[in-house]
Amino acid sequence: MATSSAAPRAPRRVGWGQRLSRWDIKLSPYLYISPFFVLFAVFGAFPLLFNVVVALHDWHRRAGMGDFVGLDNFTWVLRQPLFWRSLENTFSIFLWGGIPQLVLALLIAAILDQNLRARTFWRMSVLLPFVVMPVATAMIFGQVFGQFGLLVPNLQDMGLMTHVDSPFFQDRLLSHVAIGSMVVFRWTGYNALILLAAMQAVPRELYEASTVDGASRMRQFFSVTLPSIRPTMIFVVLTMTIGGLQIFDEVRMYDGGGTGGGNGGADNQWTTVVLYLYNLGFGDWQDRLGQAAAVGWIFAVVIGVFSLVNFLLTRSISSSSTRTPRVSKARRDAVIARARVAAAESERRAREAGVPTIIGRTSTSDASRPPDTGRAADADRSREGVTR
Amino acid sequence: MSTGFIENTAGAGAARYAQKRAATGRPIRSHNPSTRRPGWVTYALLAVVFAVSVFPLYASAMYGSSSTQEISRAVGTLPRFFPTLTLLENFGEVLSASQFNFWMAFGNSVLVAVAVSASTVFFSTLAGFSFAKLTFRGRQALYLTVIATLAIPAQVGTIPMFVMMNDFGWIDSLLALTVPGLVGAFGVFWMTQYLQEALPFELVEAARVDGASMFRTFWSIAMPAARPAAATLALFTFVGSWNSFFWPAVVMRSQLTMPLVIPQLRGAFTTDTGLVMSGVFLVAAPLLVVFVLAGKQLVSGVMAGAVKG
Repeated sequence: MATSSAAPRAPRRVGWGQRLSRWDIKLSPYLYISPFFVLFAVFGAFPLLFNVVVALHDWHRRAGMGDFVGLDNFTWVLRQPLFWRSLENTFSIFLWGGIPQLVLALLIAAILDQNLRARTFWRMSVLLPFVVMPVATAMIFGQVFGQFGLLVPNLQDMGLMTHVDSPFFQDRLLSHVAIGSMVVFRWTGYNALILLAAMQAVPRELYEASTVDGASRMRQFFSVTLPSIRPTMIFVVLTMTIGGLQIFDEVRMYDGGGTGGGNGGADNQWTTVVLYLYNLGFGDWQDRLGQAAAVGWIFAVVIGVFSLVNFLLTRSISSSSTRTPRVSKARRDAVIARARVAAAESERRAREAGVPTIIGRTSTSDASRPPDTGRAADADRSREGVTR
Repeated sequence: MSTGFIENTAGAGAARYAQKRAATGRPIRSHNPSTRRPGWVTYALLAVVFAVSVFPLYASAMYGSSSTQEISRAVGTLPRFFPTLTLLENFGEVLSASQFNFWMAFGNSVLVAVAVSASTVFFSTLAGFSFAKLTFRGRQALYLTVIATLAIPAQVGTIPMFVMMNDFGWIDSLLALTVPGLVGAFGVFWMTQYLQEALPFELVEAARVDGASMFRTFWSIAMPAARPAAATLALFTFVGSWNSFFWPAVVMRSQLTMPLVIPQLRGAFTTDTGLVMSGVFLVAAPLLVVFVLAGKQLVSGVMAGAVKG
């Protein structure tokens, strides 16, 4: 467009098409990302702010906004024993679902990270639970854990259970175990595939090298594999935290959701925070949108803090195993020192015997480590201040 | 070379390796996982995992094939191990139940899931194209905003969303399920990541030089390049929409989707566990078909997301 010729020229007329195309270049990028931002503004950001307004008012489903009540809804919620109970339940279920899930996912990923036959089939079979509707899983698990299900009668026969009713519905802890098992069922395979992908990205030379160094498979898993997949572990734990704490489907349908069901048990043994929020707002016997909104805010803060804690925890746990290089560096120095001593020793002996001094080819190689070598190495080690 | 010398110079592990190698005359099998041919223990463990994976659906089909008497007699075990025609009869009863309209719920679910997936794929690819291949002020900051919104716990906004839906008059309307899900942060993130690698700048430039408009470039160049990732995104969005229970339970009343049929089963069939379980199977089965057809793609989708995510 810009001409550098000396002769002045009449400015070129910018045609419509060209002007349009200029606008096209300038505006299109914004236009293309705008659907997301518009939708997020309306259904993501605005509700978050609006939540504050609802939480500060008396609010009902039909009547809508009532009186301004300040922080009353928050103090009301914090004084409800049921809120604290549901918070406890949520964390307990999270742990019962999360920890076995992580361990099993790592195990399954390690199993899948081999030269398997019918690889795709096994991977698919691991992912199948991910597409099974959670409420359907909850109904089926509810049947299995029920009084006449697969577990309880057998456990009674073995004398491990004396209850008449299924303790998986009566006992608080056992109900958490049962619901946790649904979470494990649904997410283990999904996370295993994520971890598998990370494991396959670990440079294979590391395994070759550590084999030569004499590491067992166990040792390799903990010293090579785990530290290498650390970012993915953090990712998995974080998504697990944010998703797992908001558990609803499984707890709602665990007891079938029939008459009187779906409320987290007769004694709220397995009521979680989101179920509590749901019941406050939409339960048959309550209509407290203001208080429910307050629960939402409090819980958002809890999730945020807990995610941060989990993030730091995961990071420190997986980085503690990456600290091992410091130990092996010390060991490497010791080995070098020992080798130097041994080489000098064998050269001296070779010279004495009149054999050509090619390191490692001495005729006395069977007794290659004279008694004093070890001591010399020890002395070396202690001089360098290496403590093991 | 003596193992003793190796032990002195390279360590005990290397000595052991050399010893083994000397004994067998060839390099010992390394523990490199990618070349290891696993033994039967591995396959036995995988078979257990497989059994656990299929168990719930299998169990629901077995309960669904049995009468109430058979189920109450089978204490501590499944009532049977092969399906019977009773299952089909039960399906018929679930499909023609008067308490809920199964086909209506099925249609609603299909409608919502298809609309949400199609729209998510289109708008995510559009935004991903913009973030990955176009230059504009504030691009980095806006993209970071998209990623940051991924961490917002969605259910926190339930109450205000319900109030909004009430004001819109969308309670008990499929719009309440569709419109908020038309495009999401995950989709934008996913497509941006993919297009950054899969779509060369040269192609975009060539199209521009040839006089294609921005949208034409997107439609004819970016869209075809994005196809594999778009298909995976569509699958995930479909599965997520199909299985979602919490939000529909909040906003729907008489209009049902598939997951909302499940709470109706106990009400409709009370203690007839066989009928209830056949209903559960029927509700979960459509995605099973999807999984058989496209499970391979889901697997590679999960694994691709991990490396980038």
